[in-house]
This record gives sequence, C-alpha cells and structure tokens, in this order.
Amino acid sequence: MSTIQDVFVIGTGQTAVGEHWGISLRHLAWKAVKQALESSGLERPDAIFVGNILAPRISQQHNLGTLLADFCGFRGVEAITVEASGASGGAAVRQAMLALRSGEIGTALVVGVEKMTDKVGPEVTAALAAGADSDWELVQGVTAPAMAALIMRRYMHDYGVHRDEFADFALNAHYNAQANVDAMFRNGLDLKQYVQAGIVASPVNIFDGAPDADGAAALVLSSEPGELRPGLSVRVASSSLVTHTLALHDRRDVLSFEAARLSAERAFQQAGITPDQIDLAELYDRFSIYAVLSLEACGFARRGEGWRLARNSGVGRNGQLPISTFGGLTARGNPGGATGVYQMVEVTRQLAGMAQDNQVAGAKWGLAQCLGSSGATAVTHILDGTNRN
Amino acid sequence: MTDLRRDTRTRVMQPARMVGIVGYGAYLPRFRLPASEISRVWTEGQSSLPVQEKAVAGPDEDVVTMSIEAARNAIMRAGVDPQDIGAVWIGSESHPYAVKPTATIVAEAIGAVPHTQAADWQFACKGGTEAMQAAIAFVGSCMSDYACAIGMDTAQGRPGDALEYTAGSGGAAFLLGPADKSVAVVEGTYSFVTDTPDFWRRSNANYPQHGQRFTGEPAYFRHITSAAERLMDEMGTVPQDYDFAVFHQPNSKFPGRVGRYLGFTSAQLEVGLLAPEIGNVYAGSALVGLTAVLDSCDPGDRGLLVSFGSGAGSDAFQLRISDQPLDFPDVVPSTRDYLERRTTIDYSTYTRYRGKLALE
Repeated sequence: MSTIQDVFVIGTGQTAVGEHWGISLRHLAWKAVKQALESSGLERPDAIFVGNILAPRISQQHNLGTLLADFCGFRGVEAITVEASGASGGAAVRQAMLALRSGEIGTALVVGVEKMTDKVGPEVTAALAAGADSDWELVQGVTAPAMAALIMRRYMHDYGVHRDEFADFALNAHYNAQANVDAMFRNGLDLKQYVQAGIVASPVNIFDGAPDADGAAALVLSSEPGELRPGLSVRVASSSLVTHTLALHDRRDVLSFEAARLSAERAFQQAGITPDQIDLAELYDRFSIYAVLSLEACGFARRGEGWRLARNSGVGRNGQLPISTFGGLTARGNPGGATGVYQMVEVTRQLAGMAQDNQVAGAKWGLAQCLGSSGATAVTHILDGTNRN
Repeated sequence: MTDLRRDTRTRVMQPARMVGIVGYGAYLPRFRLPASEISRVWTEGQSSLPVQEKAVAGPDEDVVTMSIEAARNAIMRAGVDPQDIGAVWIGSESHPYAVKPTATIVAEAIGAVPHTQAADWQFACKGGTEAMQAAIAFVGSCMSDYACAIGMDTAQGRPGDALEYTAGSGGAAFLLGPADKSVAVVEGTYSFVTDTPDFWRRSNANYPQHGQRFTGEPAYFRHITSAAERLMDEMGTVPQDYDFAVFHQPNSKFPGRVGRYLGFTSAQLEVGLLAPEIGNVYAGSALVGLTAVLDSCDPGDRGLLVSFGSGAGSDAFQLRISDQPLDFPDVVPSTRDYLERRTTIDYSTYTRYRGKLALE
C-alpha cells in the first residue's frame, strides 16, 4: 500500500501589499521568491506553481510559470500558472500539494503574484467581474461588490441583522493591520468611520470591501521537514479544493457557501481535527458578508450566527477564533491571485511564532481558506504547528 | 533612475543678463459653477467637493480672447510699446486650433506683429511656465528686450468625471524684460521632468484621461518637491527665506499638502491660493496665483513659484520683488477684481456655454 507524503512549509516570503507602480510583475514576484528561498535554504525547487488572475488582461502576460522560472534563474524546472479567480493562490498551493504528496517531486515553490493598479478602477473591476458566469451574470453588468451586496441583503433579511452589525469584521481587520508592516491600510478604523462610510453597492460600504492591490507572496514546500525556527516545523495537514455552482442564481441557497463548506469538511477530515481545535483562521474576507458566511461554512458558527462571533472582540487576536490576524483582505489588501498565498504565509508565521506584534499566543492549528467567483471555488488548507522538538 | 543626490552639477538656470517681470496681467472669466452643482447632477449630492466653485469661460470666450485680455493688462502695467515685444508665447492645453497658432492671433491683437516671434506651447498644466522660461532665455540672451509668456486654459473635464469639479478657465500673461526695468527679478529657475503618464488627452479626443491615484504621489508630489528642493538647494535658501510661495493648484488640498511637506506655512501660501474660488485653470493655474501675490506683495519680498504639468514635470522659479514700490495705472483690473466679478451659473447653463451638448 502506498503512503501519502507529508508536506512541510520550509520557507515564506511576501512583499508589502499596495500600489507597486514602480516595479514590474516579474520583479515583484522575485522579491517574494528571494525571501522565501533564503528563509528555506533551498537553492532550486523541483517545480513552481504560480497563482495569478489578471496578468493576461492587465499586464498582457500569459504563461507566468515559464516567465518566473526563467526570470528567477530556474530554467529547466517544471512551472505552471494556476487560475481559479479569487482562489488562484490557494489553488496553486493545492497543485503543489498534489505533486508533493504523490512523490513525483520533493520540493515546490508556490508564488502568488498580482499587479492590478497599473490599470485604473473601471478596467480592473471589469476584469475581476469576469470571474462570475459571463453569459448569465457579467453580461448583466454585475460586479463582485454587487454580488456581495445581493448576498448581504439576503442575509440581513433572513436573519434580521442590521448592517452595522458587520462593522466588527472591518474594525478587527483594520486593527490587526496596524502592526503588519506589509499591510495596505495601517491607520485603524473606528465605528463612526465605518457607519459614515460611503456605499459601494448597497448595503456594502467602502469598509465592507477589500481594496484591489498589488503584491506577491511565496512559499517553499517540501516533503522533508524543515525547521522554520529552531525546533519548529509547520506541516500542511490537509488540502482541499472544491467547486460548486458558478452562477448565483443556480444556488439553491445563496446564504450557504457550499464549496467552502465541503472544502472545510474534507480538510478537517484529512487533518483529523475538528473546528474547535483551530487557533486562528485566515478567511476570505473580501467582503464582510463573506467572512460571516465563511465562518458558518467552516463550522465555526451555526447558520445565521456567524456575525455574532465578531461581537465583543470574538474574532480578535485574543478572542474565541482570531481571524484576519494580519488585516485580512480588508486591510492587508487583496492582491487577487496572491491572496491565497499571503494567507498561507500568515498562518505559517503564526504557527511558527514568527508573527511578532500580530502573534496569536500559543497557536498550534491554523486554517487558510480562499474563495473564487463569489464562493463558487473554495480552497482550504489546515496547517499543523504542533510538531515542536 | 538617476540618483539626484549624486548629481552635483549646477542645474539651476540663470541667463547671461538678469531678467525679470516688467508687467503682468490676469484674466478670469466671470462665470462660476459651484462644485455642489456637479455633485447634484452626477452623484445626488453625495461626493466630497475638491473646490468651492470653478471659473467657466462664457460662450464667446476661448484661450485666444482670454490671452488677449491678460496680455493687454500686462502691457498696460509695463507701459511697454507692443512693437518692442520680440516674442508672444502661449502655453495651453486648450488651443482652439490643432493647427494654426493661438499666438499669431494674440500677437496681432496686442499690436506686436509683424516683427515678432510667435508660437504655442503645450505641456499639460505647465505650458505657461515653459513659455516663461523660454522668454527668460530669449531676453536674457539679448535676442529681444521683451517677450510675452502666457499660460491660459479653458480646461476640459469629462462630464461626471472627478476632474469636472475642478477643470476651470483662466490664466495670466507675463511680460519679461531686463531686470533693471522689472517689478520682480527672476533669480533662478529649474526644471524637473520625467516620463510619467499620469494624465493625457489623445489626438482628436474631447476629454482627457487620468490614472486616478497615480496622479498624486508619483506625479504631482514627486515633481513639485523635486523641483522645489533642487532649486532651494542650489540657491542656498530654505522655506523661511521666502515671503510667499505659489504651487500648481489642481484642487484646494494639494498645494497646502505639498507646501507643508516642503516646510512652508499656510501664511506663505494663502494669497496665491486661488483654486478654491476658480478651480484648476491648468496652464494658467500657478501663474494666475502669482498675479494675486504680485498685486499685494511688498518691495523686496522673495517668492517661490513651482508649476506642475502632467506627463510630467515641474518648473521652479525664485523671484525677488523690486525694492521700489510697485506703481501701476489704476485702470488695470487686479486679480481680486476678477475674482469678485462673478455670476453663478447652474449645470445646464454650463453645459451650453462649454459646448457639452451633442447637437447632431
């Protein structure tokens, strides 16, 4: 009987999230790759998996796998781009996991890179909207914030939740981002600012949504344990990618993120743990309603109850379940296809005790989940930091 | 990218003979469109307003007519025979013709033809100060005793775009001549230019496009601060040495922010800051601000003028006001006179005056 290889995170790297107008896509990626390789001690990976959404449209560049392998000095190495809308970064990690677990390769470099801000707002919004069902949704002019608004309105209606109850998610994210030197928004946020914020697509306001941004993050994965800090390694305990209905109107219940639910369920099963054992979660809070529905889908809260978890700092770093511990998409920023890799870097640093001022004390199990196309694709990874020598 | 700190060569430009402003004149059209009107029509009154109102050219005005008004004011102040003007140069991004100079019409109208240079300049919002630097060189090299440099615009803003709130009309004319006949001597000037695509209008396009937030830090702020810092560094001055400073004013906030960054106080900026009342008059923006300062400054005052043009670049000037009290004929309207001559219009009148209705 064949055995499935264990996989470990042996290196991490990331750039600041923001507006990188002065640097090209490949240089941006290289900054994260260099950090990750140096921290791992690995000189040459067996394969490279790149998560990206918009380079073909924004940067007129396909085939980032080859571009980055070539530019980073890894000619001759297998490399490919993975695209799954907002879940691209997580999907790239997933492909690396499949290759590593099969034993086909021993080390993998995963790079998430996105450059959005070289184009101005409407073009980027239109490009991102193509993650929806083009024939049925995009053709109507529906954008990602509009989709989130439809879902949030339904949630408020069905569960009798006032829109201001979502504030705690934005407040928590912006609070955590203050200590994250790589975060886009580090000024903090108060309730008054949230309540008075302009509306993007009613009821979604400007602080309910994450800023589109540039950034790159990288992970080095290996089937051999490597120590991130002396005596401490982080294992990827489970990996799951699930798809479900692409179009919103095909969902029997728009308030259940089915892909996220199934993906989390399978991830917990693989890891052999239950949601109550998770010490922190990096969820896909591109909109505050997505954070709520992700909490419910992962089993951290019952249906219709996810919003309550954020009350009284329940999702804060000392709360019942810390989320968005470095600011999440909302305040760290959302660099598209890099986001899922940032989440993995962040969870790894938490479990390795390398999160500095953002550290969740004693964190041993962490979950990272990213979503694509309004929850139609979900990728979940559970990381295990219990293996301390 | 060039490391500016390692560049030790003298970059500040000073002509062979010293040159100054011998006459100046503003022109602002009378119509004002409150920013709240644009917000009312386009955002149901929800947007934050970058200025209070903007100056709007009337239906019978354009860069030609407005430049003539400003140039006549400058010549009246200078008391110079127009036949002695060796160049008429007009910076604008709203020249009425794509081919056919604005400058020949203006030169004819002010009586400077035929023995004169005449040409149009374009460098987004700094075409006027480019013309001024050329005029300084022209007079400074003794090719002529007088040259007229004008920055004037009837700026275009796409209806509903963020720039529609500020895209205004107006500008100023300056007659440059020998320093000993000047009201303000140009002690030094410096230009800082890079290829930075923050704002542009393609051929045959009616309205410009812009890179949204890219127009801020990498464009306006980088170029103005680089130009101002280099000029002050080479002139051996610090912000406290200046009695006034005028920066390009695309809205009410940016000039104050760039001034604070450089170390200037709001008192040094306030007289020349007209954007809240007239919007951004593009190639005329910093220059009309300078006319407001010249109207009220004291003998011996020292000032800094820094323009900004998208694309992008900044021209910085250090000026020293004459020690003699300025004495001009009362018949010339002051910049304040133009600011106070105002008629508020609504958005529909504005669309008619500025030709924004497609009639066929």
